[in-house]
Amino acid sequence: MSAREVPQGRLRTPFYSRLAELDTLNAWHTWKGYTVPDALYCADTEYFAIRNSTAVFDLTPMTKYRITGPDALVYIDRLVTRDMSKIRPGRVAYAVWCNDQGQTIDDGTIFHLREGEYRLCSQERHCAWLMDSAIGLDVSITDETADVAALAVQGPTSFATLSRMGIDGLGELKPFGLMHVDFDGFELMVSRTGFTGDLGYELWTAPENAVSLWDYLFAAGEITGIRAMGTDALEQARIEAGYIMAYIDFLPANATMRTGRTRSPLELGLDWLVDFKKPNFNGRRALAEEKRSGSTWRLVKLDIEGNKPAHHAYIFADRKGRKNIGFVTSATWSPVCKQNIALGTVRMPLGAPGSELWVEIFYQREMHWSRVMARAEVVDKPFWFPKRRGLTPPDLV
Amino acid sequence: MTDRYDAIVIGAGHNGLVCAALLAKGGKKVLVLEANEQVGGAAVTREFADGYSVSACAHLLYQLQPKVRKELGLSPKLASDAMQTIALSQDGEHVRYAGADVRGVGGADVTSYRRFHTQMSRFADLLNTYLNTTPPRLGTSEFKDLATLARLGFDLRRLGREDMRTFLRLIGINIHDEVTERFESPLLRGAVSFDAVLGTHLGPRSPNTIMTYLYRLAASHGRLAVPQGGMGTIAEELAQAARTAGVTIRTTMPVKRIVVENGRVAGVETATGERFHSATVVSNADPKRTIMELVGTRHVETGFTRRISHIRMRGNAAKLHLALDGLPAISGLAKAEFGERLVIAPDEHYVERAFNPAKYGESSAEPVIEMTLPSFRDPSLAPTGKHVLSCVVQYAPYALEGGWTDAAKEAFTKTCIETIVRYAPGLESRITASELLTPADIEREFHITGGHWHHGELALDQFMFVRPVCGAAQYRMPLDGLYLCGAGAHPGGGVSGAAGRNAARRILREQAA
Amino acid sequence: MKTYDAVVVGAGHNGLTTAAFLAKAGLDVVCVEKNDYIGGAAVSRKLHEDWIYSNCSYVCSLLRPEIFRALELHRHGLQVTPFGGSLTFMENGDYYGSYHDPEVAYRERARFSRRDADAYERYRSDTMRQCRIIRDFLLSTPPDPTSFRPKDLLGLMQIGRKFLEVGEDRIYETIRFWTMSVAEYLDEYFETDVIKAAMSGSGIIGTALGIHSPGTAYVLLHHYMGDVDGNVGSWGFARGGMGAVSGAIAGAFQSYGGELRTEAGVDKIIVRNGNARGVGLENGDEILANIVVSAMDVKRTFLNCMDRSDVDEDFYTRVENFKIRGSSGKLNIALDGLPTFPALPEGNSLHISDMHFIDSMERMERAYDDWKAGTWSKDPYIDMVIPTTVDPTMAPPGKHFMSCFIQYCPHKLEGRDWTDPEREAFARTVIDQIANYSPDFKKLILHYEVRTPADIEEQIGITEGNIFHGELTMDQLLFNRPVPGYAQYRAPVAGLYMCGSSTHPGGGVMAAPGANAAREILADLKRPNTVPENFGDD
Repeated sequence: MSAREVPQGRLRTPFYSRLAELDTLNAWHTWKGYTVPDALYCADTEYFAIRNSTAVFDLTPMTKYRITGPDALVYIDRLVTRDMSKIRPGRVAYAVWCNDQGQTIDDGTIFHLREGEYRLCSQERHCAWLMDSAIGLDVSITDETADVAALAVQGPTSFATLSRMGIDGLGELKPFGLMHVDFDGFELMVSRTGFTGDLGYELWTAPENAVSLWDYLFAAGEITGIRAMGTDALEQARIEAGYIMAYIDFLPANATMRTGRTRSPLELGLDWLVDFKKPNFNGRRALAEEKRSGSTWRLVKLDIEGNKPAHHAYIFADRKGRKNIGFVTSATWSPVCKQNIALGTVRMPLGAPGSELWVEIFYQREMHWSRVMARAEVVDKPFWFPKRRGLTPPDLV
Repeated sequence: MTDRYDAIVIGAGHNGLVCAALLAKGGKKVLVLEANEQVGGAAVTREFADGYSVSACAHLLYQLQPKVRKELGLSPKLASDAMQTIALSQDGEHVRYAGADVRGVGGADVTSYRRFHTQMSRFADLLNTYLNTTPPRLGTSEFKDLATLARLGFDLRRLGREDMRTFLRLIGINIHDEVTERFESPLLRGAVSFDAVLGTHLGPRSPNTIMTYLYRLAASHGRLAVPQGGMGTIAEELAQAARTAGVTIRTTMPVKRIVVENGRVAGVETATGERFHSATVVSNADPKRTIMELVGTRHVETGFTRRISHIRMRGNAAKLHLALDGLPAISGLAKAEFGERLVIAPDEHYVERAFNPAKYGESSAEPVIEMTLPSFRDPSLAPTGKHVLSCVVQYAPYALEGGWTDAAKEAFTKTCIETIVRYAPGLESRITASELLTPADIEREFHITGGHWHHGELALDQFMFVRPVCGAAQYRMPLDGLYLCGAGAHPGGGVSGAAGRNAARRILREQAA
Repeated sequence: MKTYDAVVVGAGHNGLTTAAFLAKAGLDVVCVEKNDYIGGAAVSRKLHEDWIYSNCSYVCSLLRPEIFRALELHRHGLQVTPFGGSLTFMENGDYYGSYHDPEVAYRERARFSRRDADAYERYRSDTMRQCRIIRDFLLSTPPDPTSFRPKDLLGLMQIGRKFLEVGEDRIYETIRFWTMSVAEYLDEYFETDVIKAAMSGSGIIGTALGIHSPGTAYVLLHHYMGDVDGNVGSWGFARGGMGAVSGAIAGAFQSYGGELRTEAGVDKIIVRNGNARGVGLENGDEILANIVVSAMDVKRTFLNCMDRSDVDEDFYTRVENFKIRGSSGKLNIALDGLPTFPALPEGNSLHISDMHFIDSMERMERAYDDWKAGTWSKDPYIDMVIPTTVDPTMAPPGKHFMSCFIQYCPHKLEGRDWTDPEREAFARTVIDQIANYSPDFKKLILHYEVRTPADIEEQIGITEGNIFHGELTMDQLLFNRPVPGYAQYRAPVAGLYMCGSSTHPGGGVMAAPGANAAREILADLKRPNTVPENFGDD
């Protein structure tokens, strides 16, 4: 009988035993029901591993769906806003998908694994929406979240580490490419993707190979200072890269109650992902109308003066703070750029790249709270975009 | 290209024909493609046994909209008009009503019924205004929508304080409570309850059934008629009007798909592979069939698809046709009364009990039945001296547990005949042939998903602003060039022509703009 | 003879709430109650040794926090403890649990359908969106749509704005939500029968409708709009039983100088020259007051306690037509120990939960068919809770009190009164259904109390024993409740007011009707308002 009882506590990923061995802080939280570390040694050390050597992140809890069948391409092309017919087998696409009202449900990566076979990988769960999108199409959708163990291996020495580990042909793998390799008798998929904005890869395999994969990886990386990392370091890195997160920088449209709280891709700075040349995709009609009549919101990347992170700060058009035009959604101090950076959402037409806004920052020093009105410049490009990220083959250092 | 039209109408049902005729009158070059040999869709007369013909689906004309009649110059020849409804009693003490008059009940019921009918008719008139209008969109700032809404508010207030209060209370209420509060006669209660639930997946106790009752009263206050030659002649007359207006009608041309190019409609392709081009395609098919089969979900969006797939349209009404070698005998029924509408619904509980099994995919053990003898006034429908008994039978759920096998159909036919025999003893020996059209048969023959006469339940959550689905109530589908003109669109089913007319007006206005 | 400022008829939670707010405004108020105990349907009764029965209402989540705070109910002994998840036992030996922890709840739904597990997110936000629309109107008087008074027009505009501001697409969803059945509503999200069955119960509790009856989706909301400490939709127990709620409100009332009189059943509301002047008691005494406020249901107020000639004919007919139907019963049980449920793994958190024993939509609907046929459900929907699992005050240590709410149970059996053997048979039906899942349950029963709607009517005075004082259907909600045109708590007799659950926003231990009525009365008397506004929810 008790076989029916679902696990009552936090789940452990297949890498848990290794993470636990390395853990010195005992700082864990839950992510989609799995227990994951905030940090294992020290968030700063882990962050610098991303930017300086190799950092390893367990991304098994990411939701993964397998999409197959004769209509797989038609299906995915209608699902997401970008033109998926251009994504050949062996390629990966960052994509965003919307409801009929053109509001963002989520963003994620779509792996064209083999001809007609895709994996969609996202932070949130979308089984119901994906199944509804399959009505009338010959396509099958399987949730394979628990069937695939995945690691992100990120940082300047990631290529060297993986090559040393014995993955052949990695040098030819371009950004957003993927390859299947037979590694030590098991199937491994390697993709040149990541969420850090740096040179990096993601490794995908069956859960039973997880520990062995980890051990090979750490053995190969030891001499270049490989580190496991938690979500704190990743959070800092992804803001530097200008990447948005569900429930932080936008809300999944299907799970939002209040009116006006959702965002369209155009309002999230993802207009480059919206291909109006496609005759039909979810949200096309609404987005075309929005493009015609103008958006309400704009996502801005802010370079803020000073060094006080602007968490949850209001954004104003003027220094006196008379005109509130939005708020910060993500903020951090960037150690590599030595910049005080943030992502925020502001009312159109304000916040064009190059414009000057004001951010009201509250900060605490020895119990007392202070407030500062900081000047912020709206920047166009990601804060961090190292050349090595695009090099093929990458440097071996 | 020769095969290019201003508009192509899929399906020559009565709404399709009305729409086509009005579009042609508006100067459009229109083609109508019909899958069957005959025009009319479910408004069709056909032979079911040697020498016996019957209106295969709808057999009573309730509410052909006067505006449709006028604009198309129709003057259908009626075999019977202003028919009475006779609620049959096994002991021959029947209750008869037509308009505001009822006979065979106590004096209190006579007054009560008159008051009831008068009040309901007043509300039905209000409803009728909006049946003949495209529903406004809500929450927009378009002047036209706001004006229609303002008018609706004004019309409601114009009812007067008391009536408005009553209306607001009644609109969501059930017929069971009304009939039990108002009438003493079980027969009258039963028959009025049946009127409210005819063609629905509702029982008298289901809320909303006052609304469905009002719907039946709209247009002509419940005045019933049978066209000479059956429902098919209405369709023929409509087809004639359409042809006169310049419409090309081609029958035996089933449309396989609606051709979509570059995200908009480009024409249609028939089952034989023939293509007809038009930037405007108007579908008289039901919304599910239109979107899921003819267009294909790949050309529309997920949310819309989901809504379409959730439209409730599982029919419960079957048609039973009996060929009789002579008039049956019904105690207490004068010979002349065989031309009226006969109803088996002895009381409101009976109707409710008939409904119960339908919820679980079972057919009624004691069905409610509406009968007409069209051959009584219209001898052309049967050999001399013989008769056709046409019955609408409820509840025969589309998704019958185990399916509508021959055995299931036979058993249900037997149940129906046994039910009728209780009122018309000896009928069974007069039957020379019979035909049962279950919702599954209706789906197959008339290409209506679920065999639902109304192309979708008539319920408040599928009515007006939200018919067929949210955001598509203005006949235009979220695919450029595609329109809906059948009963699946506002205002719904019944041989009224309102959906076809509203759609045509909408299309003409949009294309003029 | 003394003339009070106001006499409130009925010391149920709504009557007491009105009385308390009036007294707080400085009025001289007396509240009369026919029973020798107060509370109406919110009571804690010692019916077996040291067991305390919440023998009528049994959970406390709808009670508006604004009222709790304004009357400082914690000072008068009210403490509400949140209660965990819910559980549905299945015929095949399995169970479906709705866990308090969202991730565990997800896994459990995914055990049946991954699609349903995900669909829940959309279901939750869509349903709570509807909830947000209605919650703002709970603590306000509904406007009269037939009136041209500025206040009503403003009220209508507010409703209109609230309705329109959600955006075009969602307006249509709202229209559909208010008109559809709970079964169809759930069908649009879920595919698993047991998940739908488990959720559909909230759509029919206390109503004479089935899960397939249009309008029941709204009733769902009526059970979702409650909250405990901002956890919307969660349930809680009043420590010491539901009597603690009325006891605390009565305490507040008395602390403001109000007077309570029990065993003072009202026979007649006295009307002189078209004005309500007081009440005549069953013992012949009269209590005079400038205004009379009735917490009784409208049928009892106008049909039993007034003369037909006292009110206008049209109003009287509408009250006669007001639908108030007995559809639910209760079985309250004293237990020698905690019953075990072998289907559920030992140690599982759902051992402390709200339990149900009907696992399919068909069974839910068939339960209703029995009611329509004039009898109790032979396979009923039971909402079973054991408050003593979280409240140690209601039974001796180690012993327990079980409350079973049963849907459906008619007021009369095929038109005639219940007999004792039939009441017994009804109790057996319930006990047997639970015993199917708990082998030791029967032998733990020390005492039980059966309450059919007829019993509830007899003891509490609610017509037909309808727990909501009137069906929660569209035709009897908002400005239609209780009667169109009289939804603003004023009866069509000068000085007579209604404050019971027959008025907006309806039943449940919410106290909002009582508070709203008090606000209207104070406005009429040009007294300062003591009734709180709703907290508002951005």
